[in-house]
Amino acid sequence: MTTHALTDSWTMTRRELAHWARQPVQVAVNVAFPVMLLVMFGYLIGGGRAVTGDYIDYLLPGMLALTMAFGLEGTMIAVTEDLNKGVIDRFRSMPMTNGAVLVGRSVADMLQSALALAVLIGVGLALGWRAHGGPVAFLGGVGLLLLFRFAMLWIGIHLAMVAGRTELVQAVQILVWPVGFLSNAIATPEAMPGWLGTVVQWNPMSQTATAVRDLFGNPGGEAGHVWAAVVWPLVLLAVFFPLAVRRFARLSR
Amino acid sequence: MADTAITVVGARKKYGNGKDVKHALDGLDLTVARGAVHGVLGPNGAGKTTLIRILSTLLRPDAGRVEVAGHDVVREAYEVRRRIGLLGQHAAVDEELSGYQNLEMFGRLYHLGARHARVRAGELLERFGLADTGRKAVKQYSGGMRRRLDLAASLIIDPEVLFLDEPTTGLDPRGRAEVWASVRSLAGGGTTVLLTTQYLEEADQLADRISVVDQGRIAAEGTADELKALTGGDRIDVVLRDAGHLGTAVALLPVPKDGITVDADRRLLSAPVTDRMAALAGVVRALEEAGIEAEDVALRRPTLDEVFLHLTADRAKEAA
Repeated sequence: MTTHALTDSWTMTRRELAHWARQPVQVAVNVAFPVMLLVMFGYLIGGGRAVTGDYIDYLLPGMLALTMAFGLEGTMIAVTEDLNKGVIDRFRSMPMTNGAVLVGRSVADMLQSALALAVLIGVGLALGWRAHGGPVAFLGGVGLLLLFRFAMLWIGIHLAMVAGRTELVQAVQILVWPVGFLSNAIATPEAMPGWLGTVVQWNPMSQTATAVRDLFGNPGGEAGHVWAAVVWPLVLLAVFFPLAVRRFARLSR
Repeated sequence: MADTAITVVGARKKYGNGKDVKHALDGLDLTVARGAVHGVLGPNGAGKTTLIRILSTLLRPDAGRVEVAGHDVVREAYEVRRRIGLLGQHAAVDEELSGYQNLEMFGRLYHLGARHARVRAGELLERFGLADTGRKAVKQYSGGMRRRLDLAASLIIDPEVLFLDEPTTGLDPRGRAEVWASVRSLAGGGTTVLLTTQYLEEADQLADRISVVDQGRIAAEGTADELKALTGGDRIDVVLRDAGHLGTAVALLPVPKDGITVDADRRLLSAPVTDRMAALAGVVRALEEAGIEAEDVALRRPTLDEVFLHLTADRAKEAA
């Protein structure tokens, strides 16, 4: 049974890639959305923040982390739509590896997020953002972002199965905004009221953003946050990965 | 290997809790021989779909023993899945992908290997008349095409047991005939088929044996002929030219008086008979002698509709 785990997961990943090939516009929109946010905050809203150095240097790592957090929503929509499709019944009545559907989803979402990161970094470079920490630290930062995305992914899968309906996805779509902005992604906690700053600093996303800033040598970075940016996503994964897998295995409608 | 393909003993499944509890299956028993075509007949909400979902490992029974192709559907779900095909009520294919992509993907998931999966997808598209449209996204397919693709998908492996949940619901007569032909050819090839239907005609046409399901239990089971015999055998129908003669006819015809039904609107008199030929001759002679003109005199078996109404009416009385 387990001998087919890899091939089944690959087959399900191919399915997601085939969906992309048939809906290239959707993929382009998903990648363009964070670029739009970056430009919006960098030029329309940003500027006079209590941040040393260029605001773009502060903003970009935050936007990268925010993009990873917003990925939760995309995953949740995709899984909810899938679960409401008849084809899931066929998958579940076939001798395929339990959970290959979820693995396919996660590989495809990680690829899409990596693509979004690459595009966002490219746009950042064009706008004058630079990483100053060297190639190893840079790759470490990208790794932390993807790890955070991976944690968001499994939360998204779990929420989709708990909620199960498209109406509830909308609620999460709205909630993801305050949660995403209750972080240091676009503004420093020092500029906020004390209690709010505390909440913001505890947000796992802030930990990732701070660690990435540190590794990129960008303003707002603090040494010693890398461990938190590793541990937080792992804790989230330890909780939500088994919950999601178990829920999928027991799925019966 | 045993000669039974499906064994269900005391299967129970309930939905909801407390006051809203609904017993979809309420101690259902069923045995289907290998190679048979078995019809499960029942109204909406009788538990047909729940039964199919349990048999195809999509749903776990609350209680009871359920075995398909020699394996327990709960403990050995994987072994069951390797041996079954499922055609559900709603198309279970990926709408975004093409027909070919769907079949190829399912072939890979049945572990045919990439090359064999491609070949198999091509074969099945050809066989179900979808070769021309194999590259189009399924969402552009007509209802009948979708159904055919769905059926093709459930036949990627040659399944030992094939489940069809109301396979012709929503199809036009041509689509229905196509599905019927496919089922017959599969059954000819030795596949065990269990199909649910609301259409008595469909069960009569396709199934060797029929189970009538009502309120989560088997209300009756047998061949179509056996079930028809349950309502008291053959009947004679007489249609008169003048409805005014119905009363006279009831009095003088040589048939048992209890069991006669009269439908004045259709000028129809219907009575149970035991000896078919004697009854026919007797009725014609009696009408002639009395000078009553008849438009039609016919012997017939009871329809499955009558059997069905008869059986479910009994259950309703018991419950009351």
